[in-house]
Amino acid sequence: MALLEVDDLSVTFARRGQRTVHAVDGVSFSVDAGEVVGLVGESGCGKSVTSLAIMGLLPRQPGLRVGGRAVFDGTDLLQLDDRSRRDIRGRDVAMIFQDPLSSLNPVIPIGLQVTEVLTRHRGMKGEAAQKEAADLLDRVGIPDPRRRLKEYPHQLSGGMRQRALIAMAVACQPRLLIADEPTTALDVTIQAQILELLKELVRDSGTALVMITHDLGVVAGMCDTINVLYAGRVVETARRRPLFREPRHPYTVGLLGSVPRLDAGRGERLNPIPGSVRDVLAWPDGCAFAPRCTRRIDECVGAPPELTLTYDGRSYRCVNPPPVPGTPPPAATDAGAPEPATGGPVPAPREEEKP
Amino acid sequence: MFRFIVRRLLQLIPTLFGLSLLLFIWLRRLPGGPETAILGERGTPEMRAAIRRNLGLDEPILIQYGRFVRRLIKLDLGTSTSTKRPVVTEFFERFPGTVELTVMAMIIAIGIGIPLGYLAARRRGRLFDHLSVGGSLIGICIPVFFLAYVLKALFSENLGWFPSSGRQDPTLGATRITNFFVLDGLMTREWDAAADALWHLVLPGLALASIPLAIIVRITRASVLEVLNEDFVRTAEAKGLTESTVRRRHVLRNAMLPVVTSIGLLTGGLLSGAVLTETVFAFSGIGAFVAEAISQRDYPVLMGFILIIAVVYVLVNLLVDLSYSVIDPRVRVR
Amino acid sequence: MTISPGKKREKIDRLAELAARDDERGVSLWREAFRRLRRNPAAIVGAVILALFLLIAIVGPFLVPYPADAQLWKGEIRDNIGYFPGPRADNWFGVDHIGRDEFSRMIVGARQTLLVGVVSTLIGLAVGSLIGGIAGASAGLGGKWGRAVDNTLMRFVDMLLAMPSLLLAISIAALLGAGLTTVMIAVGVVSVPVFARLLRGSMISQSNSDYVLAATSLGVRKPKIALTHVVPNSLAPVIVQATLTLATAIIEAAALSFLGLGNNDASIPEWGVMLADAQRYLDAAPRLAVLPALAIIVTALGFTLLGEAMREALDPKLRK
Repeated sequence: MALLEVDDLSVTFARRGQRTVHAVDGVSFSVDAGEVVGLVGESGCGKSVTSLAIMGLLPRQPGLRVGGRAVFDGTDLLQLDDRSRRDIRGRDVAMIFQDPLSSLNPVIPIGLQVTEVLTRHRGMKGEAAQKEAADLLDRVGIPDPRRRLKEYPHQLSGGMRQRALIAMAVACQPRLLIADEPTTALDVTIQAQILELLKELVRDSGTALVMITHDLGVVAGMCDTINVLYAGRVVETARRRPLFREPRHPYTVGLLGSVPRLDAGRGERLNPIPGSVRDVLAWPDGCAFAPRCTRRIDECVGAPPELTLTYDGRSYRCVNPPPVPGTPPPAATDAGAPEPATGGPVPAPREEEKP
Repeated sequence: MFRFIVRRLLQLIPTLFGLSLLLFIWLRRLPGGPETAILGERGTPEMRAAIRRNLGLDEPILIQYGRFVRRLIKLDLGTSTSTKRPVVTEFFERFPGTVELTVMAMIIAIGIGIPLGYLAARRRGRLFDHLSVGGSLIGICIPVFFLAYVLKALFSENLGWFPSSGRQDPTLGATRITNFFVLDGLMTREWDAAADALWHLVLPGLALASIPLAIIVRITRASVLEVLNEDFVRTAEAKGLTESTVRRRHVLRNAMLPVVTSIGLLTGGLLSGAVLTETVFAFSGIGAFVAEAISQRDYPVLMGFILIIAVVYVLVNLLVDLSYSVIDPRVRVR
Repeated sequence: MTISPGKKREKIDRLAELAARDDERGVSLWREAFRRLRRNPAAIVGAVILALFLLIAIVGPFLVPYPADAQLWKGEIRDNIGYFPGPRADNWFGVDHIGRDEFSRMIVGARQTLLVGVVSTLIGLAVGSLIGGIAGASAGLGGKWGRAVDNTLMRFVDMLLAMPSLLLAISIAALLGAGLTTVMIAVGVVSVPVFARLLRGSMISQSNSDYVLAATSLGVRKPKIALTHVVPNSLAPVIVQATLTLATAIIEAAALSFLGLGNNDASIPEWGVMLADAQRYLDAAPRLAVLPALAIIVTALGFTLLGEAMREALDPKLRK
């Protein structure tokens, strides 16, 4: 049985006088113990909202509806009351956020921010907690941990801050770790170090990891299974190798085409996906990606495409999937490709500021 | 920390210099000039001439200013024209009353304002929030002296719950040590005297607290709302900390920064607001004395008052800066 | 890592695009703010109060039943036993302590109160904007002299700001002697530092913004940027502050009147003075104090509600 089984998760924001926004619309995926699962997509595709909904961290506001199930180790996290949810958070399921500076409390020392987790979930106090906190910082590669415990977030570098956040997240050896864009705010060189650290921690402790990212490079380097999200839906799920070798959803194809490749010729251009995620708003029925899709056919517009399961356990939602390399392309595709609904090509999907 | 205080005190010098210059100009520009300020309007021309000579008003302006500053430093603020006693003496007698009143008002404003602002933020958009915000808007719009009259009429004259004037019931014959009546009562173990003095502070304290209370509610609410949206609060929640830990350690501690600043700014306003409140409640503090001085054109008293407020203001803001650096490590001594 | 020339150019292009777009947004920003304002009940209540107040202040004095300073019912007053005729058919709000019609005085007082509020706010706005504008422009131009001018002006402003407003008003009133002009000047000066800081602050933050950088990089000259971009965008907070200042001005004027520094011309009624005069008759005729006090509170509330709603509508942080 899977460690985390997310089933038909939906998050809607209803606002008076405005159209209801389906931020997450029937997302299902599962995470096995010790597995690294990727949630990939452009900004606004609902990947962060998904993780916050699972953690019960969505800001309380009128009009917010969370539906579906998120079963962790036999209990549905979405049905828990506030207290039991607080018991699980930080102990069994922990989370790492995108911006390490703003995710740390600026006015209390790092040490307290680590020990408060130990005190809350492991009942550790005083010198024992201090020692454990120092060990944790040491484990995530922070040099001179005793001194760092007394320091404040603004005194650490970006990479150190993220390491400290990771230390807090793994303090209770959680069975599931959710990392929401853990490297986006960091320099490229630091990114690699942090990813390496995460990999190591996961491998050593057997913690399952849900990696939320827009960066296919991160996915390629870490994830066992990948879920591609578009406009609040999982459009394709596959193991890493098959996904990169033969993507079955045009959006995945587009994502892969947007990444510069070293082995491409100098004259070759990137193939950005035209338009942006915003375009889905004009498209209530049918496939949300259709407005930007180069393989759009009439069937795309009617109803949301069903999930297609294939022989090797992967699945995708597309009525006109791209041909698997090696088989000849169907004749109709090129002629029938319509102009995208808006504008010319835009740069590769880039993570803009998170809301 | 010590060096921080010293540096802050050194930074005060230009401010005090500017203030003394302003006061000097103010005194010279008063209708009738400084001699009127000292003599009042009753002086004869001969007396005026004598005073002018005494003050050296015929000397170069820089020398005059130097002498003025020297007097200020020696705390020689002249003689009140209405009571004929040194201004400093008058103030020292009355200062404790005003301090007690101001502290009372601050306790009311902070003690009610911060929880109210916090709750309003947590219940944003609900009835409680609307009531708090609406109430604080109205609080800002009510003239302090009118509120003082209403409180007095309602709670003391009609309901008789509180005394209507003064600082203490004189029939108690309480012992005086420091002139802080509440403190005196506690020190001499005259509990009834302390309680009575405290009781006398409630209504004027409430009136005086109205505006700071309204401002603190609004600032706390806005600040808590902002902090609640911060990423680190989400981190704290993700750690599974209890609600009270999140509130105390993560939300309130960060939300207090702007509130502390505003408390410093409000203290000066409280002292001058005491002019209105003390008058209504016949409370013998600096405020009532100054209100009297205004109508008597008692300029030495007015000048002393300006100076006292300036000094208190400066000291309170030093205190604010210090507590700020305790709360926020980012502004700590570098 | 080095930035290639191409990447740099791309960045500038993006900035220029931002600058171009901002002009459009500038217009729709106001329209958007206005739309939000119309949906805010607080703003509506404030606007209705102010509309009524303005109507009474402007038209009212022509329609009052009696001259505001005529002591027509002097004979009925029994000061020694504290009798003043209360509300009746002839005098809707009763008669005041020297036999004048309270209703007429309230109406005429509205105009006077409006005058005090508007003039003192204008004084604060004009002087404050001048100081703040010069400081902001000097800071924006930079250089040794620019910074020196900015620093000197702001030191002065900070000192004014540090003085409690009532105390500042009292000191000024002491210089000028009691009177209507005194009240207006004193209350006006109190708001000078606020306006100065505000305008300077928003000018500096505007001139540090992306679109000004973009306009500069496109070769638009500095004075032109200041006129077409910085000043219009800096105005919003100043307008909001002016609305809020009108409220505090009315309240502060009342406090000065209470201390005997207000208008001493008995023929022209003003709410603050009426309230101050009524102190002595609180037991006998509380309405003489309650009426002007309520009028002051409601009017100040109207300005405050509208000002706060405007601030909220224009605040990009609260827009979500």
